[in-house]
Amino acid sequence: MSFYEEVLGVVFLSLFISITSTVIASLAGMILAIPISLKDFRLKKYIVRLSETFMSIPPVLMGLVVYLILSRKGPLGSLGLLFTPTAMIIAQSLLVFPIVFGLSISAIGSRGRKIQKNCIALGARRKDTLILIIKECKIQLLSVAAAGFGRSISEVGAVMMVGGNIKGETRVMTTYIALQTGQGEFNEAITIGVILLLVAFLVNFILHGLSKSNGNGDRS
Amino acid sequence: MSILRSKSSFKRLLTVLLCVVMGITVAACSKKQRTMILATTTSTQDSGLLDYLLPLFEKDTGIKVNVLAKGTGEALEVAKRGDADGLLVHAKEQELQFVKDGYGTERLEVMYNDFIIVGPIDDPAKLKEKTPSDAIESFKLISSSKATFISRGDKSGTNTKELGIWKSAGITPTGNWYVSAGKGMGAVLQMADEKNAYTLTDRATYLNMKDKLNLEIVTEKGSQFLNQYAFIRLDDTKNKIKTKEANEFIDWMISSKGQQLIGEYGKEKYGMSLFIPNAKK
Repeated sequence: MSFYEEVLGVVFLSLFISITSTVIASLAGMILAIPISLKDFRLKKYIVRLSETFMSIPPVLMGLVVYLILSRKGPLGSLGLLFTPTAMIIAQSLLVFPIVFGLSISAIGSRGRKIQKNCIALGARRKDTLILIIKECKIQLLSVAAAGFGRSISEVGAVMMVGGNIKGETRVMTTYIALQTGQGEFNEAITIGVILLLVAFLVNFILHGLSKSNGNGDRS
Repeated sequence: MSILRSKSSFKRLLTVLLCVVMGITVAACSKKQRTMILATTTSTQDSGLLDYLLPLFEKDTGIKVNVLAKGTGEALEVAKRGDADGLLVHAKEQELQFVKDGYGTERLEVMYNDFIIVGPIDDPAKLKEKTPSDAIESFKLISSSKATFISRGDKSGTNTKELGIWKSAGITPTGNWYVSAGKGMGAVLQMADEKNAYTLTDRATYLNMKDKLNLEIVTEKGSQFLNQYAFIRLDDTKNKIKTKEANEFIDWMISSKGQQLIGEYGKEKYGMSLFIPNAKK
């Protein structure tokens, strides 16, 4: 396998894993965050604190937990998922979820309540209220997703543990940089580092374009 | 209108992009290839041996070997938990214990090379002059002159070997001069280079990285330096693993063809074999 082919595979796998896990975590996180941010209840404070704690969970700890669960001796061992891209997506989704969840609650905040009040006044159903809130807070929610994606594509500890950094199989950009640095191949490491930055820029550019075009579309 | 059009064209672009990504994913997932996971040591990867052998093995059998490069200690643990199908490591005592504990059914020696002690070119502890071939005496000298020594510190085969030599020398290495790195062989060589330190390494990894290092061999070829690599056939009654693929790989490596290929690796580039095949026929 040539260097070029290997790098291409590594970049695609990185993108695939980060995007998939961001999408999964964003769907779950936002759907849960919206009702919680609109209601007041006794446990709310603690849920928010807990999600903030999990936002700063060390990725290697998450890696260890997922490793033990997916290992053949672990509870989900029969699935044979350890050292596969699926295991990496699971670990990443779990890492990104608290970020999306916590940030979404604060992003929707008071604005969501105003929308809810208006919706109730206009006699909208719950489903319509939810959709309207998502539409109105689209820009904030997209930047929340971008933050989640940032965590996911730049993370190295968890994917190294549950993926195993297998060549052509579970090697992503961050673990590739770690490996090449360890072997003294600094040129290769820097090349991938630059690509990593470009990819992050591109994805954020696309997300930004998405929020802008949709915002305009609504007004027209 | 123009805004509307730009919106839809952006969405179309996005849809196309998504389809491409999904298409590639599906294509990547649908290939039905026989695969296996080989838990092995960082030295077989960092020396470039597996990168050279595995494509040839895949060509012969169609089996893709996924390499999990860890220290020997970790590789053994991974295999104990049933997360690997094959095991190629280099720490005899630990391997024999592993088989004795019933995790493996057979230990097969496949190749060897040797350990060496490398250090900064100015050689502050004067190992090159005083102890050019005795590992134990060299370690004593490093410790008495408090020259910086980098230990793998990761329960790998090299680390096990190193601790054994300290034990034979009757020294418990502690102090600022003894650095426990917790990293793979390549990274430790880098660190030794940066810190002007001594370290114990296998010859293959050192030769493969020599051009990037300001480190020289200071002690070599003593009787303590043998570095034997062995396969372990894992017990598939303990865990559901791919024994068939693993056995095919082991048999290929110890066959005369595999052995010949191992012996040839490195000859062109370094003028010598990095691993010397010694499987029992």
